Amino acid sequence: MSDENGTAAGKNGGQARLLRNDIFAVQKVEVEEKEKSGFFSRLKAGLSKTRDNIVKGIDSVFTGYSQIDEDFYEELEEILIMGDMGVSATTRIMDRLREQVEEKHLKQTAQCRQLLIDSIREQMGVDEAAYEFEHQKSVIMVIGVNGVGKTTTVGKLAGKLKAEGRKVLIAAADTFRAAAGDQLAEWARRAEVPMIGGNEGADPASVVYDAVNAAKARNVDVLLIDTAGRLHNKKNLMEELRKMDRIIDREFPDVHRENLIVLDGTTGQNALLQAREFADVTRLTGIVLTKMDGTAKGGIAVAIQSELNVPVKYIGVGEAIEDLEKFDPDAFVSALFDLAPEDQERDGRDGPGK
Amino acid sequence: MAFESLTDKLQNVFKGLRGKGRLTEDDVRAALKEVKMALLEADVNFRVVKQFVKTVEERAVGQDVMNGLNPGQMVVKIVNEEMIALMGSETTEIALQPGKAVTVLMMAGLQGAGKTTACAKIAGKLKQKGKKPLLAACDIYRPAAVEQLQINGKKTDTDVFAMGTDHKPVEIAKEAIAYAEKNGHNVVILDTAGRLHVDEDMMAELKEIKENVAVHQTLLVVDAMTGQDAVNVAKEFDEKVGIDGVVLTKMDGDTRGGAALSIRAVTGRPILYVGMGEKLSDMEQFYPDRMANRILGMGDVLTLIEKAQENIDLDEERGREMVGRMKKGKFDFEDYLESMKQMRNMGGLSGILGMLPGLGIRSADIESMVDEKQLKHMEAIVLSMTRQERQNPKLLNPQRKHRIAKGAGVDIAVVNRFLKQFEQSQKMMKQVGGGKRGRGLFGGFPGMGGGKFPF
Repeated sequence: MSDENGTAAGKNGGQARLLRNDIFAVQKVEVEEKEKSGFFSRLKAGLSKTRDNIVKGIDSVFTGYSQIDEDFYEELEEILIMGDMGVSATTRIMDRLREQVEEKHLKQTAQCRQLLIDSIREQMGVDEAAYEFEHQKSVIMVIGVNGVGKTTTVGKLAGKLKAEGRKVLIAAADTFRAAAGDQLAEWARRAEVPMIGGNEGADPASVVYDAVNAAKARNVDVLLIDTAGRLHNKKNLMEELRKMDRIIDREFPDVHRENLIVLDGTTGQNALLQAREFADVTRLTGIVLTKMDGTAKGGIAVAIQSELNVPVKYIGVGEAIEDLEKFDPDAFVSALFDLAPEDQERDGRDGPGK
Repeated sequence: MAFESLTDKLQNVFKGLRGKGRLTEDDVRAALKEVKMALLEADVNFRVVKQFVKTVEERAVGQDVMNGLNPGQMVVKIVNEEMIALMGSETTEIALQPGKAVTVLMMAGLQGAGKTTACAKIAGKLKQKGKKPLLAACDIYRPAAVEQLQINGKKTDTDVFAMGTDHKPVEIAKEAIAYAEKNGHNVVILDTAGRLHVDEDMMAELKEIKENVAVHQTLLVVDAMTGQDAVNVAKEFDEKVGIDGVVLTKMDGDTRGGAALSIRAVTGRPILYVGMGEKLSDMEQFYPDRMANRILGMGDVLTLIEKAQENIDLDEERGREMVGRMKKGKFDFEDYLESMKQMRNMGGLSGILGMLPGLGIRSADIESMVDEKQLKHMEAIVLSMTRQERQNPKLLNPQRKHRIAKGAGVDIAVVNRFLKQFEQSQKMMKQVGGGKRGRGLFGGFPGMGGGKFPF
């Protein structure tokens, strides 16, 4: 289906290119020549410092400016956008910051800094109730687009819950991707928990059905369901998920339900669309932000939290079974702003509830 | 949910500026603010955006506005040209070794980018070209990665070389190449483990492979949905390992894919393929211009503008006349025929819809929305009318309708329904008439732009 349309569109694209090439041929050659020496080299030079800049991040902004002015705000904005917060969330946050600065007659950048940090940290706060499922009889369905780390997250969660003395069962409802079941089986082995699987190509809803009934029969505490990656704009696959969700509700009405969406921390603005669409077919109860051990900031989580009010509950920081941590708003904000460790400590101490 | 098209936004910025002959600094600034937003929303890296906007500004200020374009479109034109210049204007193929020599491709990237799937897809592509590829399983870390590659290999009918997970990737690579030479394979694709660009040990592993076997092309596999961090990833991989090309995956999602621009800008390496779906055949060539438009959220509006211009220019008088009559609700069947003709010249209705922003992505829906066959029936009905009937539909009494139905080979009910719909769209046009569609771009297509199809 998508293949066919793709080629059709491809033809159009090809035609278009020819057309434009004809019309603008002369201009284009000029442009390209200018570009090669100009744009690329300038950009490369600019970006070679990028990492240092990012790492120094906000500290330099706050120390570089003594007065709160437009340039200062602009730099702040840049840091938020560079952290994948997105244009609209950034604008919202900056507007609020300006308001507060005005209200409180702040003049010093350092005060402004604390204000911004606090407001984001406050927004991202998760209370202990969010982890209630760790102590109840619950069914956790792990969902998300392809390649975000769902299977790994299920494995890590299983290990974590098992270590806490819970009786865990894993269901391999990704019956689509090649060897997904094998991958999960390996995680089940490492976590030392049993797994229920389906053959490649089997109906995932039937795996869910079997798993739920097995969970009831074996009286397990937590049933973890790994699902196939699906892009949120694929209608059938999203309906498939809705069906799986419904089956759990129907077969296990009293159980505590948890639908965790796994988001790749390196994903940009598309993560918001993903969260929206997944929230449309299932009730999202939390976010797992993965691959946070790289240089990505996962700022999109702020935008998602503010729009959908779904908290980040865990972050994935590596490939080992223990590399799943409860979300810590302080650490998140510090990383977002690249605060030095001592700042992190200090902010932690100053922070609310600490 | 579809993104508001950049063209629309720019149109708003330039309201009241129509007919200006030259782009002033203020015009350009105002327009580029929107361009900047569009690029940032598409996840193009902030610094790349800044630099890009500066380049465009330098070029755009003082430019003459081309005949037939308004200032907004002129800026879009410049933005688009610069963007394509940056993306590379040509489609690039993987460079293979000449003759019977074995080409070694190494795939690298972050975890979950889609390397294993991309390996199998590329193998499939190469097979179509008559090559005999071999997949080598060098991901010894992720559970079941070897099995996944083996299954994908089976599905694409490609040989897979695996040594389990107890050997170092560089050894597996060496052995795989030896195996390929012995067994007549001419391309070896090394599937490596996903790794973070800041993981020094893992990056060293890739370097070790490159130092010990002749890797001809290192391809960086990147998730099209990657955000601002794409520049760091690409830069680190390029500096530490060296990359020759990029494969962009998960492009069948609805991301605008700004990462493509960031990566291209930092590394200067071409994007070779885009992954368009979960099936192993869903891999396509990369078209820089299409990507440019997607990032800007413009669909292929520019192409549409150009095509429209070409076609409307043929008979500009007639077109203008038609728009005038449309506004008064006096659009008749002659006009209908004319607009159908124009539409076909532009690649048919689904072709046009496919080029519109926000729609292009969901082209599957378009197919179900528009039935081109039905349009043919409509045309047949109009063609079965006499000239007088076309100009004055009121003439159509039951007898005439019967004749028309026979002539068009359809049921009389179809004729009646068509006439009724036509009448309704006439009314609708009267209501919309006097509206913004001044240039008559969509002049001939009743209801278009409003999202409703009266047919």
